[in-house]
Amino acid sequence: MKPPPFSYHDPRTVADAVGLLGSLENAKLLAGGQSLMPMLNMRYVLPDHIIDLNRVEGLGYIDARDGTLAIGAMTRQRDIEFSDAVRQRCPLMHEAVRQVGHRQTRNRGTLGGSLCHLDPAAELVSIAAALDATVTVAGRNGTRSIDFSAFPVAYMTPALEPDELLTGATFPCWPAGHGYAFVEFSRRHGDFAIVSAAVLIEEDNNGKVTRASVTLGGMGPAPVRASEVERALIGEAIEEKRLREICEILRTCEAIDDIHAPASYRQQLATVLPRRALLKAHERIAEGARP
Amino acid sequence: MSETRKIAVTVNGTRYEETVPVRVTLADFIRHQLGLTGTHLGCEHGVCGACTILLDGRSARSCLMLAVQADGHDILTVEGIAPDADTLHPLQEAFRDNHGLQCGFCTPGILTTLIEFLRDNPDPTEEEVRIGISGNLCRCTGYQNIVIAALDAAKRLKSEGGSRKSEVG
Repeated sequence: MKPPPFSYHDPRTVADAVGLLGSLENAKLLAGGQSLMPMLNMRYVLPDHIIDLNRVEGLGYIDARDGTLAIGAMTRQRDIEFSDAVRQRCPLMHEAVRQVGHRQTRNRGTLGGSLCHLDPAAELVSIAAALDATVTVAGRNGTRSIDFSAFPVAYMTPALEPDELLTGATFPCWPAGHGYAFVEFSRRHGDFAIVSAAVLIEEDNNGKVTRASVTLGGMGPAPVRASEVERALIGEAIEEKRLREICEILRTCEAIDDIHAPASYRQQLATVLPRRALLKAHERIAEGARP
Repeated sequence: MSETRKIAVTVNGTRYEETVPVRVTLADFIRHQLGLTGTHLGCEHGVCGACTILLDGRSARSCLMLAVQADGHDILTVEGIAPDADTLHPLQEAFRDNHGLQCGFCTPGILTTLIEFLRDNPDPTEEEVRIGISGNLCRCTGYQNIVIAALDAAKRLKSEGGSRKSEVG
């Protein structure tokens, strides 16, 4: 249980990191280390070079701009958890990040590390999908933005070129008064979810849904937006019986079968968790509306 | 064969300048090179929490960091918790008095975790304590006495906090 031998690089700028990434063979980027370090210790990965991003300047920030939150790739999950800007402008992310691992792992784990590791059940990956985030990447040919919907290209594989690294992500915030909830099912507190549901809704004055975002994590190689459910919710009042009917669509979602749960179990959770999350989101709108 | 680096770290208030192979974890550096074997290694892949240390005041799993990454940083291990060799920290007293440990293997990680937790949340509920130590595995106690000890420690630290402040003042 010791990391294999490698050469260690700790650049101070994004440009230097990109330069190293583009010139070194078989290099791995080290962010918070909460996934890569176990993989090194167990020798699932055998890189010739480790490029440590922890001393790169300017990648740790949370900026609230008009209508968006921009968060740097090396921002610790713990700093996201305790950010007033995140709690006020993006309460869904606040609720989800509290369920990422444990205090000790959130102190080190980063936004960028989580998005690039791209575990199908990772909370922050689901949040990026739910909020239609845009990620910014830097490479030898400059920087570019990628819609998060196009970021996962396969199981745990982000749409990054070999010389590119993620520098940050921008999350569009929903207007004040929206409903939100992040609900996950896991066997133990702090585990990756078996299935998770991230939900955002807006309602009109008559309590009818005018906008909805429903994301399932843990079902397939990457989080999926339940667009059929999102469409079916428009014009509906949030009410348990109707939600049961609408969420039943999700029983035929594709789902993975693995050591943690069979596909049919995940499909069952897919019908239950979004309903619970939608009810919670609706309650929150009602609470907010109270004088 | 192994690439090395020179690093300077402060551990429990003592500054060390050491040369380390770059692939050595912070946990192995602390145990083997500094000889501070209070930091325990259970799983070595970030699950059990026994190797928890404080890095610049924040809890972290030392098996998931490289020693080179600690260069320039301040570390607290379980050996640095007590004020001196003859006096226990109130948290340690609370663990002793409430049978908060049996075999003691997980205890260093739980104590360091709780040092940070009680600093940030001096008046926690039982549920908050349980979530606070959810990243630490104990195979003996069933956690009950650990939770009782943590809540007792919170009380002791609060009453002590007042007297310590007056001493400093």
